[in-house]
Amino acid sequence: MTTLDQVKIGERFRVVGFTESDPSLVARLREIGFAEEDEVELLYTGPLGRRPLCFRLNRTMIALRMDEAIAIEVEAWT
Amino acid sequence: MSALRLALVGAPNCGKSTLFNGLTGGRAKAANYPGVTVETRSGHFVSPAGRPIDLMDLPGIYGLNAQSVDERVALEVLQGRVAGKEKPHGLIVLIDAALLRTHLHTVLQFRSLGYPMVVVLNMFDLAERDGMQIDVGKLEELLGVTVIPTVSTRKAGREAFLQRLDQEIEGWEEVEPVVEAERSLKEIQMAARKMASEAILYEPPMNRVTRAIDGVVMHPVAGPLVLLTILFLMFQAVYSWTEPFMDAIEAGASGIGDFVGASVTVPWLHDLLVDGVIAGVGSVLVFLPQIIILFVFILSLEASGYMARAAVMMDELMLRVGLNGRAFIPLLSSFACAIPGIMAARSIDSERDRLTTILVAPLMTCSARLPVYTLIIGAFIPPERVGLFNQQGLVLFGLYIAGIVSAIIIAFVLKRTATRGSSQTLILELPTYKLPTPRDFFLNLWMRIWAFLKRAGTIILSTSIVLWFLARYPTSAGSLKESYAGMIGGWLEKLLAPIGFNLEIAIALVPGMAAREVAVGALGTVYAVQGGEENTAGLAEVLQSAWSMPTALAFLAWYVFAPQCFATLATARRETNSWRWTAFMFGYLFGLAYIMAGLTYHISVGLGL
Ligand SMILES: Nc1nc2c(ncn2[C@@H]2O[C@H](COP(=O)(O)OP(=O)(O)OP(=O)(O)O)[C@@H](O)[C@H]2O)c(=O)[nH]1
Ligand SMILES: [Mg+2]
Repeated sequence: MTTLDQVKIGERFRVVGFTESDPSLVARLREIGFAEEDEVELLYTGPLGRRPLCFRLNRTMIALRMDEAIAIEVEAWT
Repeated sequence: MSALRLALVGAPNCGKSTLFNGLTGGRAKAANYPGVTVETRSGHFVSPAGRPIDLMDLPGIYGLNAQSVDERVALEVLQGRVAGKEKPHGLIVLIDAALLRTHLHTVLQFRSLGYPMVVVLNMFDLAERDGMQIDVGKLEELLGVTVIPTVSTRKAGREAFLQRLDQEIEGWEEVEPVVEAERSLKEIQMAARKMASEAILYEPPMNRVTRAIDGVVMHPVAGPLVLLTILFLMFQAVYSWTEPFMDAIEAGASGIGDFVGASVTVPWLHDLLVDGVIAGVGSVLVFLPQIIILFVFILSLEASGYMARAAVMMDELMLRVGLNGRAFIPLLSSFACAIPGIMAARSIDSERDRLTTILVAPLMTCSARLPVYTLIIGAFIPPERVGLFNQQGLVLFGLYIAGIVSAIIIAFVLKRTATRGSSQTLILELPTYKLPTPRDFFLNLWMRIWAFLKRAGTIILSTSIVLWFLARYPTSAGSLKESYAGMIGGWLEKLLAPIGFNLEIAIALVPGMAAREVAVGALGTVYAVQGGEENTAGLAEVLQSAWSMPTALAFLAWYVFAPQCFATLATARRETNSWRWTAFMFGYLFGLAYIMAGLTYHISVGLGL
């Protein structure tokens, strides 16, 4: 299973679900817009240690730290 | 007819405050990053048909799952849980048209509260520019509520909304909201995505301009350079672009001083006006151009959309310090003033992180410290060029950096001791870049200028007068030491002598607690009283001869940490809801100021400066 902390810049992914370890985190990720079937792509990373991660989610951009990105499960976009 | 109560609800940064200002003529802060509004604000307007409406602007929320303080504020209003405030009759739900697919679930969540509502499809201009095509009729049909495409930054855009409002709000006050049965977030999202797919006729890729700018600004190497350059330019500009204006104000002040000096013959009144009012207020007003330049920069960063990018770039550093990613924005706002900075910390979801951010916010150099820094730098640091840069600008930059570095260190220590233990998250949506609207920009700028002028006319004016009296009387006093001010400042001088401060400084520091720039006014008054006639010109020159270099440097060091003004303490008290933390904040800042000023003094004496 791929999670969003492992993806490379420029590859497109589809959200398939969330690792349900922290329900309040999942709720926050869902509220800001992540949902099953959405398109995500890593656009940029921060200058220090290549963190945080800045994603394109459909038409918007959302920055996450590793701990948040790890909670989002994705598969390659086909 | 009693007023209809409506509330503006929607995701952060979708334009609620802009619409609020446009409808009510209000002055809520609007800027291009999420989490600008952190408290409710009420305004009033009359609909085209003559219906009086009470409108409430709320902090942005993505749904009903509030975690941070600002989100809770919004939710409490919607749930009617605010003491002394009635529930709204209905909602104006905003959504950024360009983000319809990703944000539509927010509308479904608000709809589930059962209020009568209209949906405003805002920023329709930007969505159209991107090439987005939305079947608004279809969306209405799917949602079962009226959807109005709107451009809340433009008058014509707001008219489009107002035109249809009357017919919508008919009978809203009779509706008793019935909350829908709860559904899981996932179900709501799936329903929303399905609606969006049906209503969106064409969805273009992300905004191209934003992608292009971010290609540079978010580049791992170029990005930090851009950030540094912007900050650097800001401090250079504060020096290089303002000099002629400052000279003009200074000349004006001394001209008025001369005129008053010649025309007022009653001795005490003459002295009060020249040494008290003009020397005190004038020496602060001189810094107005610098304040303006500083705010032009800060407001441009806020309005363009760069602020959130800067936060992302700094995030890993914040993480290593132990701070929440969202803390960067409150800290950056603190460069303007610590009070909005402390308020902005409400958008941080973890209580402990919020507390840490509040505690270090005063270390960010607020604009009120600018007059203090500039005065001393102007008097003691020669304006030579160092490579491309003005040496004075470099020292100013250094003072800002000193504040930032100490904030980082203090936060690091706090997170491992007093405010230990919390999750540190960053979940931040980045807005598209937007050109600031001139009206908003200048209104914001004017409000800052007005606040500065108002302080000069009230606090600074009154402390100048009081101080003038204390420094001038009793008439038998041959020197400052024997005046009332000297007696009061005497014990403080004993405390401050070890760090190189003299009696005049001791006297000026006390009113400096009211607002930091008051210290400059106070120095102006104290030295004017001492010097008599010829001293109305240039406080800087007076200080040059009255202070040694180590004293000047120690004074600068003091103000990097200086215990913040009363208003900041009061805000910290309200936001932390704790006297203990407020006392802690005051104590540690005071201690640091004392130690660092002392070190600076003795080191520079040792170096023979
Ligand atoms: N072009 C365009 N810009 C808009 C429109 N509405 C708002 N803006 C801009 O969008 C940005 C955000 O506006 P705000 O009114 O601060 O948004 P908000 O919803 O109050 O945001 P929060 O207080 O953070 O929840 C500002 O820079 C506005 O100038 C619009 O219809 N068209
Ligand atoms: Mg707002």
